[in-house]
Amino acid sequence: MIHVIAFYLFAVMTIASGAITILSRNPVHSVLWLILAFFNAAGLMVLAGAEFIAMLLVIVYVGAVAVLFLFVVMMLDIDFAELRAGFVKYFPFGALVALVLLAEIVLGVGAYKAGAIQLGTPDGTAATPVGMTNIQAIGALLYSRYLFLFEAAGIILLVAMIGAIVLTHRQRGDVRGQKIGKQVSRRPGDATVNVKPEIGKGVSL
Amino acid sequence: MTAFFQSLGMSYDWAWFVATVCGILLIALPLLLGVAMIIYADRKIWAAMALRRGPNVVGPFGLLQSFADGLKVFLQETIIPSAANKGIFLIAPIVTFTVALMAWAVIPFNSGAVLADINVGLLYVLAISSLGVYGTIMAGWASNSKYPFFSAMRASAQMISYEVSIGFILICVVLWAGTFNMNDIVKAQEGHVLGIFNGFVFNPLLFPMWVMFLISSLAETQRAPFDLTEAESELVAGYQTEYSSMAFAAYWLGEYANVLLMCALNTTLFFGGWLPPLDIPFLYVVPGFVWFLLKVLFFFFVFSWVKATVPRYRYDQLMRLGWKVFLPVSLGFVVLVSGYLMLTRYAV
Repeated sequence: MIHVIAFYLFAVMTIASGAITILSRNPVHSVLWLILAFFNAAGLMVLAGAEFIAMLLVIVYVGAVAVLFLFVVMMLDIDFAELRAGFVKYFPFGALVALVLLAEIVLGVGAYKAGAIQLGTPDGTAATPVGMTNIQAIGALLYSRYLFLFEAAGIILLVAMIGAIVLTHRQRGDVRGQKIGKQVSRRPGDATVNVKPEIGKGVSL
Repeated sequence: MTAFFQSLGMSYDWAWFVATVCGILLIALPLLLGVAMIIYADRKIWAAMALRRGPNVVGPFGLLQSFADGLKVFLQETIIPSAANKGIFLIAPIVTFTVALMAWAVIPFNSGAVLADINVGLLYVLAISSLGVYGTIMAGWASNSKYPFFSAMRASAQMISYEVSIGFILICVVLWAGTFNMNDIVKAQEGHVLGIFNGFVFNPLLFPMWVMFLISSLAETQRAPFDLTEAESELVAGYQTEYSSMAFAAYWLGEYANVLLMCALNTTLFFGGWLPPLDIPFLYVVPGFVWFLLKVLFFFFVFSWVKATVPRYRYDQLMRLGWKVFLPVSLGFVVLVSGYLMLTRYAV
């Protein structure tokens, strides 16, 4: 009984906050509603018995990705009148994206029902083997059956990361950065001279 | 506790519910009282290191200073700037305060004395601590004022940077303990080194991790020397500039609850939590809770000590430390620790 209530609570909240994300006029409010949607999705994952994925969802999406979204959106000065003016122009494109997504969902559900890939059971029960925690189950699967796919994903991410760094990194010649090593290795003897000038003569350096 | 309420004649569900609510109150109320006292302790330690007296007027030895401050703040007028985004401006301190209390649910105070003994405990802590930044960002943006906004930018960049290395450090601990459950992590430290020392910190491979974790936890809680979000010489009071009254107090309490949480994490992950420091039978006579509290207080003293002695970092130095020093070193240690465990424990 209580899980049904919890499920509908989380589900309704997820959909509602997702809708408000799109409808909200203020982009910062949109991101905050998106965060609420992520949270409720994590709640749904916990209900499905996938607490590991729920925690990762919060850590990765809420803790890092959404912060960066918020970071960017807060600094942007978005003119909404201009954005809305393009609505009719971009409507066919948006409709196309929506159609593709719908087709993907239908196909995905169909494939899941057919049980072609042994990810879970079609009747919706969790696929975690009995007597094994979530993390162990995922680890055992990732590092044995899907090892090469997992490593390929890792390599693709690494390449993407290096690519992003190379694209955005630029060397500016006119900046004098702090060289910590040089600073630390500097000794009093390198920088100061002890002189004993005669009285009234002064020092010439 | 559930069993106790069941013995009073409740059904299992009700007993569980009542036990959980009691557990929450048992953690949250002493924690708030503890925060009040720890603010006093912080000011006293800081004063002692600066050869001052510190708070000594309200109550014996000034012990009631925090309560007097609380009362004062409570009676102040709540001011909402006219240009502020009202809803978010009011929600932000609540977020900070709630998040600071939430993570305590998985901290083991004694053997098995945990509110939520979940098998993803450490991930839960990471997830909750990554939320802490929202209170700051929301406050900074909603205040619609320049200093809070700069502070919010700094806070978000700083917390994301240090969370990355904290993640890798925690992976080392998890690899060694073989579990994400906080209670089991503590148990894994029993007689960890030479069968005598309780705690991962005595392990030569994990000791550098602890040093980095301590520094990262200072950065994560925005304590000195990394308190750039409220650097008064540049940003007035940072993200709290526009806050007054109870909203300001909520930030204050949340901040110190977070500091205590980081002390508790240092204790639990590296110093053997509720275990005594040495694995000698007569030390177990002292209850585990006392050991836990002593270790947390010791870490709080270290935090205050650092605050009193170390000058504030410059922002680029902070970023350099996080990304160019901690990240590569912690990543290297993940490889090192997993390689060592592979050779010794899981012998290939």
